[in-house]
Amino acid sequence: MIRVLVAKPGLDGHDRGAKVIARALRDAGMEVVYTGLHQTPEQVVDAALSEDVDVLALSILSGAHPTLVPRIMELVRENGMDDLLILLGGIIPEDDVENMLSAGVAKVFGPGTDTNDIVRFIRERVKDE
Amino acid sequence: MKDLDELRQGIFHGQKRAIARGLTWIEQGRYEGKLLAQQLFSHAGHAHVIGITGAPGVGKSTLVNTLTLHLRNQGFKVGILAVDPSSPFTGGAILGDRIRMQDSVMDTGVFMRSLASRGHLGGLSRATFGALTLLDAAGFDKILIETVGAGQSEVEIMEMAHTTMVVLAPGMGDDIQAIKAGILEIGQVFVVNKADRDGADHTVRSIRSMLALSSEHPDWMPPIIKTVAEDGRGMEEVSQALERHHQYLIEHGLMDRYRWSQTEHVIEQAVSDLGERLIRQARLNSDWAKRVIDVGEGKIDADRVAEQIWHQSVQEE
Ligand SMILES: Nc1nc2c(ncn2[C@@H]2O[C@H](COP(=O)(O)OP(=O)(O)OP(=O)(O)O)[C@@H](O)[C@H]2O)c(=O)[nH]1
Ligand SMILES: [Mg+2]
Repeated sequence: MIRVLVAKPGLDGHDRGAKVIARALRDAGMEVVYTGLHQTPEQVVDAALSEDVDVLALSILSGAHPTLVPRIMELVRENGMDDLLILLGGIIPEDDVENMLSAGVAKVFGPGTDTNDIVRFIRERVKDE
Repeated sequence: MKDLDELRQGIFHGQKRAIARGLTWIEQGRYEGKLLAQQLFSHAGHAHVIGITGAPGVGKSTLVNTLTLHLRNQGFKVGILAVDPSSPFTGGAILGDRIRMQDSVMDTGVFMRSLASRGHLGGLSRATFGALTLLDAAGFDKILIETVGAGQSEVEIMEMAHTTMVVLAPGMGDDIQAIKAGILEIGQVFVVNKADRDGADHTVRSIRSMLALSSEHPDWMPPIIKTVAEDGRGMEEVSQALERHHQYLIEHGLMDRYRWSQTEHVIEQAVSDLGERLIRQARLNSDWAKRVIDVGEGKIDADRVAEQIWHQSVQEE
């Protein structure tokens, strides 16, 4: 069973997109832990650790990804969660994508991404036991 | 089995990562998970397991959050399991109980995990039993387990709790629902949450009159407590009621009796695993088809075949 944490770090107040993703992943047969709005990086990583998820799907609309993502990656490394697949969605300017990928994000999904592409990407990268 | 050893040590030291990974093994129903749960069992038996059940949206998760903060102030370590249903069609699930628990779960003395019911027969209660064993062995004093009180599997889970708390809310007609679903019978503590809303006293009265009718509780009279989980009102009374019920169980020897029957259950599980292993081996055997034909034609009883299979496996060892 593939387990995914859909998390919304930061201060933006919209989680419609995150909920759409959560439902799509559920409909694809995955277990989706959703933790709501306004999560700190510490809370996100604590939840990923406790729930032992295979995938961490971050949704960031606020533009704060340049600070939030590296901090999350730092905590992920500190906790030795090497096998965690990290995805990023929301509003990420083209120029920042490269930085996000080198920070450790596996793939960035922009607005208007077909949820089937996300499902497919996860299935390719996570072996389902 | 270096991995298993390491994991066990991590669990004894209360390490979140080890606890989380151990729970995954147990949930997946893998052989390592069974082994881990068995090895941890003798280290468990200290925790007070509290079931929290009630209709969707009555405020169970919010209550768990506030109660956890309260229990932490009293110095207890708190483990939390929240069970949500899996979709019967896709097997997927959205596990949203953590949303309401964000205030309490960051504490190192708290561990919270969401479980999906995963549909398969008996699988949930086994996974839950294993998960309770693990959290108990990891040193959590109070283990709170939240379920939506509906199906048979939820009732089975509540039977694993020492104390079951039934949560209702006014004005949802769910007092009637609860009575229909038979969850009044399983409660030792009743909570009428959302007491900031109209109709809480009415709900209290209807629970009281239902309880007066049932003679299930010879020496424990279940208290009915009004709470506002969102601001903590009533939480002191709830934690006192839980503590009193725990004392009641200890004084009446019921905690020991419970542990005894759990241990019996562990043996039963091992025996039924053995049975499963036997049948798996027998199916691989070259004479399996002949056996099926013979039983079908009445040449031999199924009981006799079972004995043959058993004898065969003993000889092979
Ligand atoms: N007015 C009021 N609302 C409350 C109270 N406690 C919880 N709520 C609200 O009730 C809603 C449901 O709360 P949850 O804690 O998620 O309820 P639940 O029983 O865990 O729900 P499920 O897990 O979906 O069955 C939320 O919007 C809470 O904010 C309360 O004491 N008063
Ligand atoms: Mg809940």
